[in-house]
Amino acid sequence: MKVGSNLEKVLADGHFAVTAELGPPQSADGDLIRSKTKHFRGFVDAVNITDNQTAIVRMSSIATAAILATEGLESVIQVTCRDRNRIAIQSDLLGAAALGIRNVLCLSGDHQSFGNHQGSKNVYDIDSIQLISIVRSMRDEARFASGDEIKVPPSMFIGAVANPFADPFEFRVIRLAKKVAAGADFIQTQAVFDVPRFQEYMGMVRDRGLDQKVAILAGIIPVRSVKALAYMKSEVAGMSVPDGLIQRMASAAAPKAEGIKITVELIEQVRQIPGVRGVHLMPVMWESSIPTVCEDAGLLPRPAPAGLSSVPEATRASATTPENLSIPTS
Amino acid sequence: MIIAEQKPFQSIVENLAGYNRVLILGCGTCVTVCMAGGEKEVAVLAEQIRLYQRELPEEDRYQIVEATIERQCDREFFAPVEELIKDSDCVLSMACGVGVQHISEHFTDKIVIPALDTKFFGATEEPGTWVERCAGCGSCILDLTGGICPVARCSKSLFNGPCGGSQEGACEISRDVECAWQLIYDRLKTLGRLDSLEKMIEIKDWTTARDGGPRKVVREDVKA
Repeated sequence: MKVGSNLEKVLADGHFAVTAELGPPQSADGDLIRSKTKHFRGFVDAVNITDNQTAIVRMSSIATAAILATEGLESVIQVTCRDRNRIAIQSDLLGAAALGIRNVLCLSGDHQSFGNHQGSKNVYDIDSIQLISIVRSMRDEARFASGDEIKVPPSMFIGAVANPFADPFEFRVIRLAKKVAAGADFIQTQAVFDVPRFQEYMGMVRDRGLDQKVAILAGIIPVRSVKALAYMKSEVAGMSVPDGLIQRMASAAAPKAEGIKITVELIEQVRQIPGVRGVHLMPVMWESSIPTVCEDAGLLPRPAPAGLSSVPEATRASATTPENLSIPTS
Repeated sequence: MIIAEQKPFQSIVENLAGYNRVLILGCGTCVTVCMAGGEKEVAVLAEQIRLYQRELPEEDRYQIVEATIERQCDREFFAPVEELIKDSDCVLSMACGVGVQHISEHFTDKIVIPALDTKFFGATEEPGTWVERCAGCGSCILDLTGGICPVARCSKSLFNGPCGGSQEGACEISRDVECAWQLIYDRLKTLGRLDSLEKMIEIKDWTTARDGGPRKVVREDVKA
């Protein structure tokens, strides 16, 4: 075990992992986050906290994760390269680690032209692969990107994303290999609707032996409506949604139940693919679907949590002895 | 070359109110080629301003003088217009931002106003279309990327391949914007050099770019 997070432990123990995404509010409403915890607690191994997704200003992922920790939930903080340079990102990682956060997901980030501050300057001092390598060197070599020594290094289980549905398709596996070489411990993919293409991608992943080096969690967006599917197909860059799926939702007598059924089927299908070690649910503000999806897909009960390290003493101890990090919370 | 575009006419004339004699000064290099601020554009703008002035009360009108020099970024070309500039109380420069500043630095008692918005370092794609190709970051990596610059041409200036928003050759910001990394991939594939994409491009030292502060190139071998 590198850091002893619950997610790492679940994967290390050979369980089929479940993570799910929570989008922080566009306000300072901490209670809203607390009110959503019931959709996650006991249903997932860790909660992904997005970092100003689609470039819309939201509560910071670290602050949200700190609130979730007080509620007994482990987080995966997302960190994008869009808004912060290497100074700010490393500073945030130190702070996150000191707060007991043990999982980080490194991303490029949606371009600011999608959001509500289109006139902002984008940063991109570093890219997501360079970010992975910075986090790894901070953790494993106790070195900042500058090479300076870190006395108490941040201990983070390092995640990255992969989009098997973007182009150029053949480059996607090369990019994954670069992320693994840079230090990624786990991967969360873009939402899978196009199972054949994902199977083809996973075949290429296995050919390179990457599935042996990194834990791949297949992305799943619970299907809410035919409108949502059509929107993702036409408006979201880098998504592949088969027409058959849209037709099936359009002709369903009970669309809501059908959407859950499709979601569960997708989970069952990706679970069969060798090298897939978990699922990452992205409910897109429909967090209440998580318990049903997990139940119907036979993902419950989840393994007992490894525990959170929200206690300051534990945080200090973890810096030098990550194995001692786990403190049972429930 | 440096690509520039004329500012909206109204914003130009708003800046000219209150002067008596305005010299519209064109530049014969980049902005002539990209048809934004050469001799021809100076003549057109001067005529537009004269027409506009007909609507103004007599006391608000000002004299318009036209001139174009080879390069506003090189002092050796200033001589032919020294007197014209001295006789004017405002210079409306149709050069890029470099030219505007260079005229200001030399003629310290003159107001120099830009008539153009300076856009980027680019090339002529086809008549009437200019495209950005270089970001002037100060340390070229085109040798690593098949001659296509991800700093200038990827919307996120990514160094290690396309983000998840690349689809059918287009960037996630617009279907009208080419994905630079798709272009890089295609080019390296054609050249049989795809293996070079496996190598990680390390974190960039931006001190060579604008981020390191204003830059200067000094060549002792060229100095007089």
